[in-house]
Amino acid sequence: MAAALASIEGRAWVFPEANINTDVLMPSSTFRLSRAEQAAAVLSAVRPGWAEEVGEGDVLVAGRNFGTGSARAVPPLLMDLGIRCIVADSISDLFYRNSINSGLPAVQCAGVCGAVEEGQVLAVDIGAGRVANRDTGAELQGPPTPGLLQEILAAGGLRAQLEAGGHVR
Amino acid sequence: MGMTMAQKILASRAGVDSVEPGEIVVCDVDMTVELDISLANHQVMPARVADPEKVAVVMDHTVPAPTIDDAAGHSRAREFVREFGIERFYDVGEHGICHQVILENGLARPGQLLACADSHTIASGVFNCAARGLGPLEIVGIVSTGKAWFRASPTVAFDLTGALPAGVFGKDVFLHIAGAHGSAEGHDVEFGGSGLASMPLDDRATLATMCAEISANFALFPADELIRDFLAGISEEPLTPVESDPDAEYAARHRVDLDALSPHVSRPDFVPGNTLPVADLESGVKIDQAFIGSCANGKLQDIRVAAEILAGRKVAKGVRLIVTPASQRVYLEAVRHGYVGTLTEAGAVVTNSTCGACYGGHMGLVGPGEVCITSSTRNFKGRMGSPDASIYIGSSATVAASAVEGEIVDPRPFLSRGGA
Repeated sequence: MAAALASIEGRAWVFPEANINTDVLMPSSTFRLSRAEQAAAVLSAVRPGWAEEVGEGDVLVAGRNFGTGSARAVPPLLMDLGIRCIVADSISDLFYRNSINSGLPAVQCAGVCGAVEEGQVLAVDIGAGRVANRDTGAELQGPPTPGLLQEILAAGGLRAQLEAGGHVR
Repeated sequence: MGMTMAQKILASRAGVDSVEPGEIVVCDVDMTVELDISLANHQVMPARVADPEKVAVVMDHTVPAPTIDDAAGHSRAREFVREFGIERFYDVGEHGICHQVILENGLARPGQLLACADSHTIASGVFNCAARGLGPLEIVGIVSTGKAWFRASPTVAFDLTGALPAGVFGKDVFLHIAGAHGSAEGHDVEFGGSGLASMPLDDRATLATMCAEISANFALFPADELIRDFLAGISEEPLTPVESDPDAEYAARHRVDLDALSPHVSRPDFVPGNTLPVADLESGVKIDQAFIGSCANGKLQDIRVAAEILAGRKVAKGVRLIVTPASQRVYLEAVRHGYVGTLTEAGAVVTNSTCGACYGGHMGLVGPGEVCITSSTRNFKGRMGSPDASIYIGSSATVAASAVEGEIVDPRPFLSRGGA
């Protein structure tokens, strides 16, 4: 059985546009830059300077089909910036997988984007798929995180799991 | 309840009788394709390989190496295939864009499951194969363990009727679907119907590839005679195709009348809900660059139709036309047929086979304020270079005709000498 995942509480950054894509999250022009430079460029095309403002423990709130596009490894960059959880109306399937595999919890919860204003504090129960807005008292329920995926998160991501199994070097 | 094609493949690879939408299963993966960039960028490499027969390595995104870092990554890939005895290695010289290499070499087979660290892996659904892109780390995991989890999805079905008119291609079918029915996020898509028979393999493969742009998980096509004959020409191994059950449940079913279709374009930045017939686009959309290529449309048919349109004509002054064959094999055929000569005489630049220009990685980037019409896969802001450029998508015929006119136009008048 999956170990219980702690609830995550953090300040919200809200990107309400639908279909925020991987080229905006990680432009190919940054592929050959350092990881710090790649992190600094995350979402800079839609909100310049955001990487400087976001901080440790924050929660990224997004609209529909967040992360659509490529397989490129964006979630580790969000984690480098301090993001500890993604909550979105919906998340592109490939991005969702990449997020869980990177050890970055992600919850899909229809309507969440309209129920959160930037700067409000959210409490996210990853396992249950429940999002509570501490400032307004609003509670939203998305689908729970499947047990297999909770195990990946509890292990700290797929890489940690693969390392423990001697699968990678 | 009956199952769709993708659900049947997931069930068989998980060793269970059935799967339902939403259910997660752990599957044996039949073929895993590693890329130059995922091996190069990676902090981690597989410490073992579950089955070297089920792994292929394709050099495509950075070929030939444009930087020292890329060259070092290529060396890493070569060491990897040597150490683990991976025979399906498509090094520089035998390279191509991975989805085209998969197609040409029969690596995607009916009823099987294929994974690769590129989001257009869905292309191989054209072979009745459940194929999808996964993150680079996950691909390393599959190479090592042979397994991955998949979630069965609800499915949207498209029934094609009629036949593709002259001057209308698989790209136009897709752009029509993406405009009329929008995103398929969270869903698989399935294609079928009598109209499929009118679509050559290259058009079908374009349609499958582009389903990444409506965020579909798997795109499955039936293994009809054309597919079975094509694969029989590569290998005598028996095929194990799947069909959807008559009582399979679909989230939606749409009819697509191919006879009624015309050349389409997508406006910049996003495809779903953002496409229209070329005839309905405001006139005078001037272009700076025209690109024919990518896993979706760097096929021999694309080069042929471009050569047909450019024969005896010139690329408009002030416009750059870049043509990238999808593989060495396509390149060689294009040379043998004289297409490369025709295109070069017209003022086009025919490049080496690579993903380069499509993802703005190298070779053929667009600058701030420029307008590009492309037959490649994706038009996200910044995709092909500057985030201040505008990228329209059309068929290779539309791109070639637009390159001649210097603005986006319907290609059909250019094909009056007998169509494509």
